[in-house]
Amino acid sequence: MPSEIPMLRAVNVHKSYGDHEILKGINLDVDKGEVLCLLGPSGSGKSTFLRCVNHLETINAGRIYVAGALVGYNERKGRLYEQNEKELCGMRAKIGMVFQNFNLFPHMTVLENIIEGPVTVKREDPRTARRRAYGLLEKVGLRDWADRFPKQLSGGQQQRVAIARSLAMEPGLMLFDEPTSALDPELVGEVLTVMRDLAESGMTMIVVTHEMEFAKNVAHKVVFMDQGCVVEEGTPAQVFDNPREERTKAFLGSIAERAPAR
Amino acid sequence: MMTNDKIIPLRHYGRWVSGVVLIGLLGLIVNAFIVGQIDWPVVEKFFFSAALLDGLASTILITICSMLMGLALGVIFAIMRLSQNPVSRMFSGLYIWLFRGAPVYLQLLIWFNLALIFPVVNLGFAQYRMVDVMTPFMAALLGLGLNEGAYLTEIVRGGILSVDKGQLDAATSLGMTRLLAMRRIVLPQAMRVIIPPVGNEFIGLLKTSSMASAIAFTELLHKAQVIYFVNAKVMELLIVATGWYLIVVTILSVFQMGIERRFARGHAFGEKRGFLGTLRANAFGGKRRDGA
Repeated sequence: MPSEIPMLRAVNVHKSYGDHEILKGINLDVDKGEVLCLLGPSGSGKSTFLRCVNHLETINAGRIYVAGALVGYNERKGRLYEQNEKELCGMRAKIGMVFQNFNLFPHMTVLENIIEGPVTVKREDPRTARRRAYGLLEKVGLRDWADRFPKQLSGGQQQRVAIARSLAMEPGLMLFDEPTSALDPELVGEVLTVMRDLAESGMTMIVVTHEMEFAKNVAHKVVFMDQGCVVEEGTPAQVFDNPREERTKAFLGSIAERAPAR
Repeated sequence: MMTNDKIIPLRHYGRWVSGVVLIGLLGLIVNAFIVGQIDWPVVEKFFFSAALLDGLASTILITICSMLMGLALGVIFAIMRLSQNPVSRMFSGLYIWLFRGAPVYLQLLIWFNLALIFPVVNLGFAQYRMVDVMTPFMAALLGLGLNEGAYLTEIVRGGILSVDKGQLDAATSLGMTRLLAMRRIVLPQAMRVIIPPVGNEFIGLLKTSSMASAIAFTELLHKAQVIYFVNAKVMELLIVATGWYLIVVTILSVFQMGIERRFARGHAFGEKRGFLGTLRANAFGGKRRDGA
């Protein structure tokens, strides 16, 4: 998919907490409409990288560009100036994020959760927002649950609402941070189905996941990370069937032993 | 066969004994008030007297005003206490240390006597004499409100910290500013934790406001005192004041329950019965929702 500007470009991204280096120079490109799966053992920096993309975490060195625009900073005459809150919020509004623990707003109904962003951030007319919200709920198969509260839903349903909430902002890029890791095994499928539909509709997605089948079948590109570095990247066929690196082989081997294909 | 077995319930003799003892005790207390030399007609006469009702109104007014002031200060200083700015954090810490540290009674006296060190209030465009500005009401408001604010700061801060960090992440990722996320997402959830202690504070404040009688603020207790200085019916008037405090506290408690229920939105499901509901259900049998 050759496109002019990549949706995401990460150049030599470094991140550390104190002396502990989490990301040691990440370079990544994600084209528009591409689905990228980030794999790797826990602690490899996948989630941290994802949080750097919409500047929930600051980075210590390197550059992240989303749709060609530098994230978190303005570059003038070779110097970086931190962006102000308004600029940051404008950028974040165009990037959707789905969390491991859903993070739905418990004091609002499903519908209120979905229209909250459009109405308060984009100042959309509540009636229009509501109409769109019903459409999104239809998409994730929860049209009849609009007036329930998050606590009344199963984990899988909550995660589907969370996806709808992110989509309501009409983002150009969706970030998924282990979206199925907190779910009971029988609920994983319904969330992955929604994500697969979204991928097929042409959404650009970066997915941190341990669901190998999903990565194999849906991803255009798979990146294997370990200890803050990109160890290997390629198409699913390359990475899963012909891993070049020993660490990738070891990781895929350990996964295969633990969980047979779903 | 089993269903015909008659079961003799275990007798709890201890409960019977303690029940009887407690009722006896209650009887003794009631009796003491009956035989005590209380001039009940005086109690009756003053309960709805204009002077005392006026005092009651002042008590309620100063309580509400001080509470509103305290809440505003509490939210502002709590957010400052959690700010990234070390100066804000320190300033808030200093406020809590000062106004929580000194006794309320003393703070009331200081505000009331402020004219001794600052005789004139200079606003640049206008000047006022402090004795005119610092009326008993003003001194009571500042004394009680600032003190209350210090306590509420800690309560609000606790409430904000009780909200899961993921909520702020989610709000931020939607493009909300910190302030918007605070107002729409964090504070409404913090309210659930904040309200029960704030209810306590409100009731506490209502009673503490009686200290303002020391600075000639004509609230309920002050009015009662003024009357018994004249007619010497000390206990009778104190009983009237007690009665009114208890009535207001009871009303406040009912309000608190209502507000708590409102902010439990999204958390409490199914019927929740209050005291009266429980009584009714026990008397007439509660409706079962599962149809069993």
